[in-house]
Amino acid sequence: MNYWLVIGVSFFYLALLFGLAWWAERRSAAGRSFVGNPYIYALSMAVYCTAWTYYGSVGRAATTGLGYLAIYIGPTLMAPLWWVVLRKIIRICKVQRITTIADFISSRYGKNITLGSIVTIICVLGIIPYISIQLKAIASSLDMLTGMDEVGRSPMFGDTSFYIALGLGLFTIVYGTRHVEATERHEGMVTAIAFESLFKLVIFIVAGVFVTYGVFNGFGDIMQQAMRLPDFERLMTFDSDNGFSQWFWMVVLSMLAILFLPRQFQVAVVENVNEQHLNKAMWLFPLYLFAINIFVLPIAFGGDILFGNAGIDADMFVLAIPLREGQSILALLVYLGGYSAATGMVIVATIALSVMVSNNLVMPLLVGIPAIKNRYQNQLTKLLLFSRRLGILVILLLAYLYYKGVAEYYSLVEVGLVSFAAVAQFAPAIIGGIFWKEGTRNGALAGIVVGAAVWFYTLVVPSMVGVGMLPNAILEHGPLGISWLKPFELFGLQGMDYISHAMFWSMFLNVGLYIGVSLLSRQTSQERNQAEVFVDIFKYSTIFESSIVWKGTAYIPDIKSLLVNFLGEKKAEMAMKAYKRKYPEPEDETGKADPKLVTYAEKILSGVIGSSSARIMVASVVKEEEISIDEVLNILKESQQLISINNELRRKSMELRRATEQLRSANERLKQLDELKDEFLSTVTHELRTPLTSIRALSEILYDNPEMEREDQEHFLHTIVKESERLTRLITHVLDLERFESGRQKLNLGPVQIEEVVRESVQALEQLVQEKNIDLVVDVQHNLPAINGDKDRLMQVLVNLVSNAIKFCHPEQGRIIVSGYYIDGDIKVNVVDNGKGIDPEFHKQIFDKFYQAQNQNIRKPEGSGLGLAISKKIIESHQGRIWVESEAGKGSRFSFVLPVRVNVPANV
Amino acid sequence: MSAKEKLKVLVVDDEPSILMPLEFLMRKNGYQVYIARNGTEAMESVDKERPDVVLLDIMMPDVDGYEVCRHIRGQEIMNGAKVIFMSAKTKDADIKKGYDVGADLYIPKPFSTRFLMEKIKELTQR
Repeated sequence: MNYWLVIGVSFFYLALLFGLAWWAERRSAAGRSFVGNPYIYALSMAVYCTAWTYYGSVGRAATTGLGYLAIYIGPTLMAPLWWVVLRKIIRICKVQRITTIADFISSRYGKNITLGSIVTIICVLGIIPYISIQLKAIASSLDMLTGMDEVGRSPMFGDTSFYIALGLGLFTIVYGTRHVEATERHEGMVTAIAFESLFKLVIFIVAGVFVTYGVFNGFGDIMQQAMRLPDFERLMTFDSDNGFSQWFWMVVLSMLAILFLPRQFQVAVVENVNEQHLNKAMWLFPLYLFAINIFVLPIAFGGDILFGNAGIDADMFVLAIPLREGQSILALLVYLGGYSAATGMVIVATIALSVMVSNNLVMPLLVGIPAIKNRYQNQLTKLLLFSRRLGILVILLLAYLYYKGVAEYYSLVEVGLVSFAAVAQFAPAIIGGIFWKEGTRNGALAGIVVGAAVWFYTLVVPSMVGVGMLPNAILEHGPLGISWLKPFELFGLQGMDYISHAMFWSMFLNVGLYIGVSLLSRQTSQERNQAEVFVDIFKYSTIFESSIVWKGTAYIPDIKSLLVNFLGEKKAEMAMKAYKRKYPEPEDETGKADPKLVTYAEKILSGVIGSSSARIMVASVVKEEEISIDEVLNILKESQQLISINNELRRKSMELRRATEQLRSANERLKQLDELKDEFLSTVTHELRTPLTSIRALSEILYDNPEMEREDQEHFLHTIVKESERLTRLITHVLDLERFESGRQKLNLGPVQIEEVVRESVQALEQLVQEKNIDLVVDVQHNLPAINGDKDRLMQVLVNLVSNAIKFCHPEQGRIIVSGYYIDGDIKVNVVDNGKGIDPEFHKQIFDKFYQAQNQNIRKPEGSGLGLAISKKIIESHQGRIWVESEAGKGSRFSFVLPVRVNVPANV
Repeated sequence: MSAKEKLKVLVVDDEPSILMPLEFLMRKNGYQVYIARNGTEAMESVDKERPDVVLLDIMMPDVDGYEVCRHIRGQEIMNGAKVIFMSAKTKDADIKKGYDVGADLYIPKPFSTRFLMEKIKELTQR
């Protein structure tokens, strides 16, 4: 393929990344951020899958079989633990404004400069080879694609991969060092990385599908042909000798790498915007790993089958197969996929390393030397950005040189694993640091230094031998002929592959020294303070400023000018405002700064120049006093107690508020009930007064007029009897209703035939019906199932409904229909009249007690005003329902339904 | 008013069992009796018959007694008429309202017919 075309496409792709990042930052500036989204977060974590995965997995699978899977199994196993480990790290970093793994370790162990710089150096040493293999992958794929062999071979300035490295450096500088505060998120960069993750996954799967279904006839076909390969058996089985230990260490290594590789720390911790995003990433990320591995074996076997021993580098199979098949467009895309996998890693790793170098190596040097510090006092921001930008270029240059000098001779995976092993050395100090308060600076230092030394000796030294920088004799006979110091058989340990061997010794010594020295050494008060805050971060995160114990004298103007020096006027102003919002207490009149302000300022500075440099800077403008560990612990305990007292108080006052609320509503209810009762009473007495008035008047007249005519006398006496009956009825009803309402009314339950109830009720009213000449029709289904009920009470309901119907039906041509039938498990009874009907707006209210009395407009002759209310109570106590359907002028239809109980015999 | 001329009494109540004895009582005492079973009938009767005494129930289906009383007091020609409320409403507020709309007397139910007659006579002798 045309060399310039490929180069053009490569740079075009880089330009695309620039555009994407630019667009994302503009969106974010407009408040429509892209990164506040768990999918982008999970995708950006897939920066784990580099050229190593894209090209190296296939190479590894083709040469050593299933072993390539181990480094994906580790992260998959780790993912569920993220909620415990990673969330804690994220919270600590947010609260303390930690931006790199070096700063994390240094901060935990008392903001120690030495520790921070050692971690930084190990990171740089460990990661530069890793970056270099990305450059190597780009160069080799370029070679393969253009059919030229000299891309990587020509001198530096004629070498394409050099310019690609330069382009990447530019991107990283533009989108990675825009703000001086490293805690500021790089939204453009993250978006670009997420895009690259998607891109490489899609292309790799497309290539896999092409190989599996385009070149071969599916998985089965490839496997069948592969079985004829001479070393198929070996590839598909685990090595019985050291296979187990190799798998074990690979899994452990990758479990640690997913947490502690500087680029993973960058995307997972520093760029995290919301802890909740972890929830999605915990299953999306393993899914991604699974997806990108599906086609590794088919491509590897496909390459073995197609190329045999043709001398094609197995790492490049994924590119070589489309080329062999003449699919140049696909090959170009595959190249771009690999390019994206490589560039993603390079960009993120370089940013992370450059921040580390500037904050943990350059800054302590600058602020630690008074002469320099004073001279550049006002240009520190610029200096910082400059050092980061320079750092990026230097790191890339070193990586390029390493690639030219060493990486060329090793496979992608071999070099990558060396990097993994380097960052694994941080694991004891970090994991121990967030769960074990007793871990000390000396312990961490001893563990890391010795672990890293073993790493260097067992993994880096042999690689230097390999490229001829050191004599081979070291490997074969040990240095100076001391055989128990042979790098691959340290202390005589044999029978392990070199990675397991290196991991075994480095981790054994690292963990042992970390714990041992920690137990033997003492923490300073500052260390102790940080240890408390780290381990119990979820307790302290909201009161961080008051949980750092600080004693001394500081003046507000000094603190302010310190912030201005590193943040600039505007941001310093904003930071001070944010502080005032959080702690609105008035300033001390003498201008003395509150300890909380000192801690706050130090925290803000940490985000810019790292915690140890921030410590030095703050210490240089204030007068500090020594504090003993006991004092620290006491104050911390107090502040914790304060939190728990506060929580307790808050809970108590919540409970109190709830109780008050309940009391008030209960009171409200009682008052309402009381009012109802009052109203009921006054209505009842009112209803009693009317017949009494009549009875008294009639009696007095009878008494005063003995000479009255007989006819009048009889009429009077008859009325007195009637009115007395009315009084009796009213009293009975009131008592009935009261019993139902208080729940004291007992139903006399038994099997009841509705037909019988209807018949008897109608019979009782027969005389009235005849008097008013009403046409009454009874239509009840025969043999209805019996219901379990109180017959007398149900009769009361029917008598009430029918007598209402008699009262209200048409005065001349009255017509009433009583029907009963079975429907849907219920027995339904209707009483229909042809009277003047009831306006729908009263349909609910007529079942209220004394509804007529209270609404004089529809007052009806006779009746206590309680009949329907009692009927409703009776039906409801039978688990039934009663209602009316009516329109003014069209008669009414009162209905009730009663559930049939199956356990009652149908015919008794 | 001439002594020969019978005093006109309008009895208003929606309860026939109350209307009936009162009607008898008034006639027995030599008055000209008119009856009304609701507020509307009562106002019609007031306009038509111009009674000297109105015995007025308060709670009635259409127009209540207070309204009827206001109707009476709204006409100059009815100035001399005596209005007596007879009501089952016995709360102070109800009684006060009765006097406010212009009643001469408010008798709570149940009442003695003898007391009622005494009062009617007292009111009409002046």
